[in-house]
Amino acid sequence: MSWTNEQIAAMVEPDRAHRKAYTDPEIFDLEMERIFENTWIYIGHESQVKEPGDYYLAQVGRQPMVMVKDRNGDIQVLYNRCPHRGAQLCTARKGNTGNNFYCSYHAWTFHLDGRLESMPAKQGYDGTNLDFDNPEFHMARPARSDNYRGFWFAKLSEGGPDLRTHLGDSASAFDQLIDRAPGKETEVVGSCFRMVQQSNWKIFLENQLDASHPGVTHESTGKAAQQIEAAMRSNGKEPPLELSFLTDFARLGHDGWTKFGTVGFPNGHSSLEGYMGLRPDDPDTNEYVRRMYEAYGEEKAEEILGINIHHMLVYPCNSVQPPLQQLRTIRPLGPDKTLTEIWHFRLKDAPEAIYRRSLAYYYLVNSPSTLINADDLFNWWKCQHGLESSAREWVSFHRNAGQDIVEGDKTYSAPESMSEMPLRHMMHAWKDYMTAGKGA
Amino acid sequence: MATATQTLAAGNAQAIADVSVETQLAVERFLYRQAEILDEKQWDDWLALFVEDGFYWMPSEEDQIEGDGEPNVFWENKYLMQMRIARNSHPRAHSQAPHNRLCHVVSNVIVESEAANGDIVVRSRFHCAEYLRYEVRNFTGKYRHLLKKTGDGYRIALQRVDLVNREGPYDYVIQWWL
Repeated sequence: MSWTNEQIAAMVEPDRAHRKAYTDPEIFDLEMERIFENTWIYIGHESQVKEPGDYYLAQVGRQPMVMVKDRNGDIQVLYNRCPHRGAQLCTARKGNTGNNFYCSYHAWTFHLDGRLESMPAKQGYDGTNLDFDNPEFHMARPARSDNYRGFWFAKLSEGGPDLRTHLGDSASAFDQLIDRAPGKETEVVGSCFRMVQQSNWKIFLENQLDASHPGVTHESTGKAAQQIEAAMRSNGKEPPLELSFLTDFARLGHDGWTKFGTVGFPNGHSSLEGYMGLRPDDPDTNEYVRRMYEAYGEEKAEEILGINIHHMLVYPCNSVQPPLQQLRTIRPLGPDKTLTEIWHFRLKDAPEAIYRRSLAYYYLVNSPSTLINADDLFNWWKCQHGLESSAREWVSFHRNAGQDIVEGDKTYSAPESMSEMPLRHMMHAWKDYMTAGKGA
Repeated sequence: MATATQTLAAGNAQAIADVSVETQLAVERFLYRQAEILDEKQWDDWLALFVEDGFYWMPSEEDQIEGDGEPNVFWENKYLMQMRIARNSHPRAHSQAPHNRLCHVVSNVIVESEAANGDIVVRSRFHCAEYLRYEVRNFTGKYRHLLKKTGDGYRIALQRVDLVNREGPYDYVIQWWL
């Protein structure tokens, strides 16, 4: 079938969504067209390409893209595709392409800003319609590319809001990744971890702001971490702070998980307040705060450190955890397959121990051997299978439905963070993108 | 004194040491037994394979020469190993229901160096099939072990595991050591 806007709109009700939004291949194609190839999608951070010729691949919807640093030191975002016969120009995920892009098929070359440079036996094109100045024969450019403080995005369709307007309040996640650095700069650490989820991309986003799952999904890891804490104490060792990232899952319980607010912003963005207590009174943290005071002055430093976000979802493609410098990007591959790229950032001039703390979180929660996401991925895979079943047609978002508090353009969960407000909020944004041609 | 990672990084990864048949056999037997311990899930024996400050390390980049302070697929001391055992054995470790099965083959065992105190650097190759949720996944790669000679046989100071597909993407979470 081909879906009408009325049919798509009918898939989202105030407190539930239709299962086919997660499973139908045609819906997935429409999502690529109307969301991922229509709105602003994350490409990467400027520190991934430091030298002229450095490039990094990214995928926007179904389109292969490349981010490259040109000889003027500017970052270009281009389609990774030769205009001759369509071959992809870069095949390694990252590297340095030298002074130009070189096509391995017929040796067409392109400047680092995508303009056609040359090809062998050029005279074969004399008198033809091939024109070196015609953009048709250059590497294609997205309709727009722009960055917010070094975080690069592309938008493949014309019109719609500029990047800053699109990000709105969610931009604070990127501010926090930079402003928390006493040196006022941030950079990626190594390469990202890449994990494939056997589930729909929306299931991942929903999970990020789902405060009623951690105590259940991650109970085994929380309890195991508590055992290790006890073992360390009995050996006279003080457990490192990072273990508390895991014991939280066993410690907080259902009451504990109700205490953190969630907020919905325009365009589908949303946030979950922090809960990890990342400002203990220990020498490393105190040294970090001292450096922040020195860099910003006490008042401004406290303002930066006082922003308490656990996850910021930048719809539809990012989940950012600013206090621990983690950024996840999703690249949907199919209705039931989603690639995630998980990055860790280093805060310039922060004490080494602060870096180590967030590196430990990166390892424990986000690495390919994680004990945390192992159970998440498994749950999402089970959801995907369950949603293939027609035993029930709807996905329930009823928890605290009807109690959301709308103030201006923001929606607040009430009375507690276990409210499924963010899930309702995202599916309503989804409906807007899918039916209103938003951004187009 | 060099750390275990520095010792491995400084060693010649192509070297072949002229060790006795007895040493070669003892080292091979140790590696085969380690693989068997994983396959048979004998976790007390697993922990006993490592010296107190030993590490199991799976780097995420080919050119990595240090695990400490870097992103890794695995970088685990005994505490983290104990946590993994406790978690994976917990009845509510949902993604371990049903439990997986591992089957290792270890081969191409070449001792690189034998120090005066009997410490060994040895490289080998492995293949491991994992049966999880009714499907078989395959892992393959290279081991490099730094083994300490003790009065009670060899103990692992550092095991480096380089998967052939270390950069991913990972279509799974690796829940047990390989």
